[in-house]
Amino acid sequence: MSGPLLYGLAAAALIGLGLHGVLAHAAPLRRVLAFNLVGAGVFLLFGVGARRGAAAGLPGDPVPQALVITGIVVAFAATALAMALIRRLAILRAAAAGTPEEGAAPAAAPPRETR
Amino acid sequence: MNATLDAVLALMLPVMALFSLNARDERSAVIGFMALGLLLALAWVRLGAVDVALTEAAIGALTGVLLLGAASAAVSVAVPRTGSPLLRGLLALAAALVAAGVAVIVAGAPDPAPSLAAAAVAHLGALELGNPVTAVLLAYRALDTLLETVVVLLALIGVWSLAGEGEWRGAPAAPGGTASRPVVLLARLLPPVGLVVAVHLLWVGADAPGGKFQAATLIAAMWLLVLMAGLRAPPELGGARLRGLIAAGPAVFIAIGLAGFLVPGQFLAYPEGWAKAAIIVIEVALTASLAAMLALIVLGPGTGERRT
Amino acid sequence: MSLLADIFTIVAVTAGLGFFLAGTAGLLRFPDALSRLHALTKADNLGLGLIVLGLVPQAGSLGGALKLVAVWLLALGAGGIAGQMIAQIVNGRGKRAVNGGREG
Repeated sequence: MSGPLLYGLAAAALIGLGLHGVLAHAAPLRRVLAFNLVGAGVFLLFGVGARRGAAAGLPGDPVPQALVITGIVVAFAATALAMALIRRLAILRAAAAGTPEEGAAPAAAPPRETR
Repeated sequence: MNATLDAVLALMLPVMALFSLNARDERSAVIGFMALGLLLALAWVRLGAVDVALTEAAIGALTGVLLLGAASAAVSVAVPRTGSPLLRGLLALAAALVAAGVAVIVAGAPDPAPSLAAAAVAHLGALELGNPVTAVLLAYRALDTLLETVVVLLALIGVWSLAGEGEWRGAPAAPGGTASRPVVLLARLLPPVGLVVAVHLLWVGADAPGGKFQAATLIAAMWLLVLMAGLRAPPELGGARLRGLIAAGPAVFIAIGLAGFLVPGQFLAYPEGWAKAAIIVIEVALTASLAAMLALIVLGPGTGERRT
Repeated sequence: MSLLADIFTIVAVTAGLGFFLAGTAGLLRFPDALSRLHALTKADNLGLGLIVLGLVPQAGSLGGALKLVAVWLLALGAGGIAGQMIAQIVNGRGKRAVNGGREG
């Protein structure tokens, strides 16, 4: 079995696991992690395609590689936005429930949660 | 030998993903996810994509700060799992079917795949570049990179807009808890090295693996480290200089793109002989802006606190 | 000359791998956090150091060799500081248990 195919199969597994995680998990953080797993699997598929497109003395096709670099940064930005939404949701829920945030969040939470 | 390494790495990826998804607490899940990122970086090296491996490894540091911070805050919205066993079984089956379908497609895809490698190499001389990935990012598909920068900017605006009423101009909370003395030592020792490595990555990106994304991520990580150690306070988000820094990269990129209408006659086309100079200007401006944007995205929305 | 360098590489890298193996075994088998930390730092410092030392003759250029050494130095610094942080947390826990919740 060739190297790229192995990573292709790993990518398929990551996509399946991520998809299941997004649908089956209720905790928002796990859902975001799972969604990132799907993204990582898709990126890895690009990598397999790039590796198989090795030509002209290059170890891989540079076009999909460049697309993945762009994709990784965009995925990070989207994850950060999702995290900010989750935090805001936690603050709003705590306020709606009328409980002080210190009681709901562990001691390691940043001081911003008190506002 | 190499096949064994590939097999072990490829097996570790889904195993780590399973661990991350099913870990007991959120913190373990995040740590598993970070380990997966490092394994992915190794996989990228094995796939011959060193540029991608550098990006993956560098962004892993930022993801760690972001997710570990969120892991402690996200506990309060944790909801128990719902759904009947039948529904869960169906979900698992559906996900397995999708994975199997992707696996079949990968196994059946043409090998060697259709490639643009030859076309990417053909014009490297005219661009005075040695790294075809940089050529794709900043010349052939520069529009993608421009839009990607704008996406990061929009994400930052999205994060900022989640601040409480009247708080969005203030400084964000400092990342991490109270800094211990080892962190302070690390924050004094590492940033000079990190900045040198970042400049090196940016500069060699023209000819070797590296480039602005990797450099910007590294600079952002160094800044966050200094903030975590409490050596500097996070900036107030309303400041004109900060916003100017953020806007400068995309603005320079768009300005050079518009200038392409005048000389070669097309958006984002570089004039003959000036491609290298234009690319360097764009890369330096984008590195500064991206570094600031990535760090600020991790820091989160303003809290209305005025720090002195 | 090159044969000598190759032998040196094999010996040093094998020794380094031995330290990694021992360190990993310690990390998995030792009973408490501080002794696990002890095992881990041995793997990090000596294991990586020996592997870097073994790879230096294969680097091909002075720049490459220096980069390898820089990687080791950075790992040393990061490992040492991370070890201190973990030990502080462990110690803090112990002290808090003794002092009844007071910050150590």
